[in-house]
Amino acid sequence: MTLSIVYATLFYAAAILFIAGVGRKIVIYARTPQPLKIPTTPAPTTKPGVVWRLLKEVTVFQSLFKANKWIWIFGWMFHLGLLLVLLRHLRYFTQPVWFWVDLIQPFGKYASIAMVVGLFGLWGRRFFVERIRYISSPSDHLMLILLLGIGISGMTMTFVSHTDIVSLKGFIMGLMYFDLQPLPPTPPLLIHLALVAVLMIVFPISKLLHAPGVFFSPSRNQVDDARDHRYTRGWTAESKG
Amino acid sequence: MAEKITPPPLREYPTIPVLVEGAMAHSQPYKAKPDHQASVGFPGELVDNWQEVGVKKLGELVSKSRALQVFLDSCVKCGACTDKCHYFLGTSDPNNMPVARQDLLRKVYRRYYTFAGKYFPKLVGAVDFDEKVRDQWYSYFHQCSQCRRCSVFCPYGIDTAEISMAAREVLDEIGIGQKYCNEILGKLHKIGNNLGLPEPALADTLEGLEEDLEDDTGHKIRVPLDEKGADILLITPSADFFAEPHIDGLMGYAKVFHQAGLSWTLSSYASEAANFSMFIGSGDNLKKVAMRIRDAALELGVKRIVVGECGHAWRVAYSFWNTLIGPFDFLDPKYPAPQHICEVTYDLLQRGAIKLDKEANDHRRITFHDSCNVARASRMGNIPGGQFLIPRALLKASANNFFDMDPGTIHENTFCCGGGGGLLTDDLMELRVKGALPRMEALAQVVNEHEVNTLVAICAICKTQFAKVLPYYGHGMDMITSLHHVVGDALVLGGND
Repeated sequence: MTLSIVYATLFYAAAILFIAGVGRKIVIYARTPQPLKIPTTPAPTTKPGVVWRLLKEVTVFQSLFKANKWIWIFGWMFHLGLLLVLLRHLRYFTQPVWFWVDLIQPFGKYASIAMVVGLFGLWGRRFFVERIRYISSPSDHLMLILLLGIGISGMTMTFVSHTDIVSLKGFIMGLMYFDLQPLPPTPPLLIHLALVAVLMIVFPISKLLHAPGVFFSPSRNQVDDARDHRYTRGWTAESKG
Repeated sequence: MAEKITPPPLREYPTIPVLVEGAMAHSQPYKAKPDHQASVGFPGELVDNWQEVGVKKLGELVSKSRALQVFLDSCVKCGACTDKCHYFLGTSDPNNMPVARQDLLRKVYRRYYTFAGKYFPKLVGAVDFDEKVRDQWYSYFHQCSQCRRCSVFCPYGIDTAEISMAAREVLDEIGIGQKYCNEILGKLHKIGNNLGLPEPALADTLEGLEEDLEDDTGHKIRVPLDEKGADILLITPSADFFAEPHIDGLMGYAKVFHQAGLSWTLSSYASEAANFSMFIGSGDNLKKVAMRIRDAALELGVKRIVVGECGHAWRVAYSFWNTLIGPFDFLDPKYPAPQHICEVTYDLLQRGAIKLDKEANDHRRITFHDSCNVARASRMGNIPGGQFLIPRALLKASANNFFDMDPGTIHENTFCCGGGGGLLTDDLMELRVKGALPRMEALAQVVNEHEVNTLVAICAICKTQFAKVLPYYGHGMDMITSLHHVVGDALVLGGND
């Protein structure tokens, strides 16, 4: 039971730090004015156009595709894999499990392979491509190690030694309803959960902020209509001419 | 610059250079003198507590700019931008990779303003703002032409231009300005143009131009100055008044206005389209310079404002004027405010108000260089990408022989000429020659394949830069010309004298 208490505490703390930290950043991004129009052109001239542009950026990584096919394929494999894996995990948080979550279970299983292959690809580039080696900090490597640790420990439970997922679900539902249940003490699960908590904690103080950041990027989310509509924000709104 | 500069060899295939650390660490522009600094509102020399002042200024800038907030947090070091900068491709210096350039500032920002940088600086590569970093800033933030090519390829749209503008403003704030930009801005504030050309000299120059135009064409084509009640105020870079090949462009605009029967004027008070305040990231100066144009337009009572061929000036005009000096409710709402000279000429052509004789340009085999600020920071016409279509439509209507360069080097992928962003100064000649490499490679290809002999641009900086660097790459300096030179040569004059 001590173990359960430790992990429960860890997850409550991680969740609070994650939500408060990312929330705070989103508030900062949203409140900081962008004084001038700086969309990278050609840019959409309407709001629906901007939504479409952003949608392409966050689903198929349009700009990255233009830039570098290797980074794109590894990055996209990782992110798409991660998305499916995360959706697959919803089965631990819902009772009864939503039907579409049931439906994607097998896909989520194999998505984890894509995710880990993508991560290895991205990590390999940090060693073998001179330019990327030059720009990599220790934290860039650690972040990939962290994600790989999460992916591999998770896959171990799916493909190698199963864990008691019924008890695990009991523990997680217990966390959600403040009714502490025992956590199955299998090593891959304990590693997996600890690393996920670490990821949640470092999220708001790391480059993972690119996830909310991309939606606030003025070069991507501004409408190209400077001549048609007078735009003023921040210092351009304050100073009277 | 006594030492001869050897341009890098053209690459047969666009291979990415092997890194040469510190290859351009020696490259620095001359520093502004105290009076240059004073003219733009910054301290004359390095302030005593520069570290504290610089860090504070950086925090202030970030707190006022969503772009900086997002750009400084979001970079994941994926490397997508690393081979996109013309200065990196031309110099092999790793600090000229956009992400590395950004990191020169980002690592200072992290050190003072982020949790990770405050408590785990080594882990995230955060450093103090010390003399070495300050020196690197001065060097490498003056090796960015703010062309935004990297921002096209970044998955988050991180724009190094915004970061280099911020770095230059911090440097100005602690007393280390760049001579070229700040001296020019001083002249602009005082006299009204980058050259410091006063009204009598300007009037004299324009009179000379009218004589040349009459000699060349036999028509009385006017280049009016300060004419109250004219319909159109033309704001054009002052290089158009005296520099080659810019002046041929100005004569081209005059011919178009003349033939279309439009009433127009230049202003001696606002005799400059350029606004170098953007290069140094200074909002105060940006607005102050732009305000001259609003004042001149009101004073002259014009109905339209048209901007001549200039890249960053068109960005400022198109993207910023309405914000800074609008609303333009005193202008004729039938026309966009402001309007690019290419848009004006294109409209006239569409309406049949002017005629072009392509054969007049049969001696030319033409290619077009998209200027970065027009391509990636503004627009022409009603549809996205009009800034690519309209100039090309004008060239194709003016000449029979037009050939585009490699698709990876035109439109939004265009490479900077190597002299933009406030770097068009002789003390940065080595950088300018090397930075022109990718453009020169694409040019060499169309020269070889299509015997191209004319490079057309719609930016005063591009024109000056090419005139200077083309000879380094084995071309004549007169290969570069203005779009409205080509248009002017094809324009059928007469019938309305």
